Amino acid sequence: MLYDSVIAPFVEFEFMRRAFIGTLALAIGAGPVGVFLMLRRMSLMGDAMSHAILPGAAIGFLLSGLSLFAMTAGGLIAGFVVAVLAGLVARTTELKEDASLAAFFLLSLALGVTIVSLRGSNVDLLHFLFGSVLALDNPTLILITAITSVSLVVLALIWRPLVLECVDPSFLRSVSRAGAPAHIAFLALVVMNLVGGFHALGTLLAVGLMMLPAAVARFWARDITAMIVIAVATGIVSGFAGLLVSFHAGVPAGPAIILTAGVLYVGSVIFGRAGGLVQHLLPRRHLEA
Amino acid sequence: MSDAMTAQLQFRDLTLGYDRHPAVHHLDGEVPRGALMAVVGPNGAGKSTLFKGIVGVLPPLAGRIDLCGLKTRDIAYLPQAAELDRSFPINVYDLVAMGLWRRTGLFGGVGARERDKIHHAIAAVGLTGFESRPIGTLSGGQMQRVLFARLLLQDARLIVLDEPFNSIDAKTAADLFDLVRRWHAEERTVVAALHDLDLVRASFPDVLLLAREPVAWGAAADVLTPDNLLKARRMCEAFDEAAVECVA
Repeated sequence: MLYDSVIAPFVEFEFMRRAFIGTLALAIGAGPVGVFLMLRRMSLMGDAMSHAILPGAAIGFLLSGLSLFAMTAGGLIAGFVVAVLAGLVARTTELKEDASLAAFFLLSLALGVTIVSLRGSNVDLLHFLFGSVLALDNPTLILITAITSVSLVVLALIWRPLVLECVDPSFLRSVSRAGAPAHIAFLALVVMNLVGGFHALGTLLAVGLMMLPAAVARFWARDITAMIVIAVATGIVSGFAGLLVSFHAGVPAGPAIILTAGVLYVGSVIFGRAGGLVQHLLPRRHLEA
Repeated sequence: MSDAMTAQLQFRDLTLGYDRHPAVHHLDGEVPRGALMAVVGPNGAGKSTLFKGIVGVLPPLAGRIDLCGLKTRDIAYLPQAAELDRSFPINVYDLVAMGLWRRTGLFGGVGARERDKIHHAIAAVGLTGFESRPIGTLSGGQMQRVLFARLLLQDARLIVLDEPFNSIDAKTAADLFDLVRRWHAEERTVVAALHDLDLVRASFPDVLLLAREPVAWGAAADVLTPDNLLKARRMCEAFDEAAVECVA
């Protein structure tokens, strides 16, 4: 019974296995990135970046149709350009990062929409707005897993400056020049993971697998390593359970995955041990010392 | 002049400020190696601005600062309001360990010797037992102790402290000041902005009284006279929006 409903769909259908591998890789790559975005109070940046990627991917699509390479390259280029320009403006002028990013992603989005309208709209565009997690072919899977691998290696390399830049940026500036390169590398990771995510879940939902697990993790841990582990686990569980929900209930897979993550999020808001609602509303008796 | 009088810091007609308005105006002089110098003056006198200039955060509007062979990265700097995100999930041990950055860099390992140093630094500021506490749970005084532990590990020749004893209790201030004394005994150069004139008189051989312009610089007894203090207090704080270009 349990086997039939939980395991069998993955054993019997290859598209389910592919979908799970894709979301597994996404969860492992995007989870840690999401945690850092959240700790830097840049949770909405993922959303902005996903808009910034869209026009690039659309241009790639218009130039060479549904080509994985063209759309990925377009998305990466548009994302990097926006991220780097926003980062540079934030670092060299008075404008804070959120404001400069808002400015650039709006420009990017407007530019993309203009370009798309010149060629007339196309139904196929919906494919990458909302993704196709149930139709991941080999090249796409390899792309997603490669992005995850690169993410993990880069995160390991920039871990110290990245953490220090979140906690005490002025101290980092006083001991090392690694702050700016680490920051740029981190923005690149955000873009890469969103590009990976949009093949599976679409640009809009890709952010969900990045930020929802991070928000869940904040409610269960007070230590950054534990947070990242929890975020990754949340992403994997959401992917697995979401695919099953989609399979049994016949609803689209991408939204089902994000809604599953949403259920975990709501549960964490209520029951989370690190500052959840229950803890606030029903405080336990204070300790002796 | 003996070796002990070699300069560690030289200011050459230094002007620092914001939007062309000077906050430190035409400062000249030098801080000898191994000096223990207090910088005093009213709020807005330019103390923090001077320190930002020393550590290279703020480029001079005119003139220059000579670090006499040090690089800005060799300076240990405690800013007045550390831009520290206290909500970040990191514990006392890891934050203190960052003081070893110059030794470990991006990838260097933290071995038994380093762990030993970290534990010693935490013990020296009286926080043994706090190693795994998240920094968000510390009091203001405890946080300042943590930052001093990190300064200890930085093992710097020049230490710049911007109002290090503000809003902490007398016991904590006394404990932390013992560390400053220790640095002085180890012939490190310490420059500190302070408001407690009694402490300055009692313990700091050199004093710079600053009120945008340098008012006096020398031995504490000569600098902290009622006349000088009154003069410092009278210097106006506000920028003059209509100020003309300084030709001095």
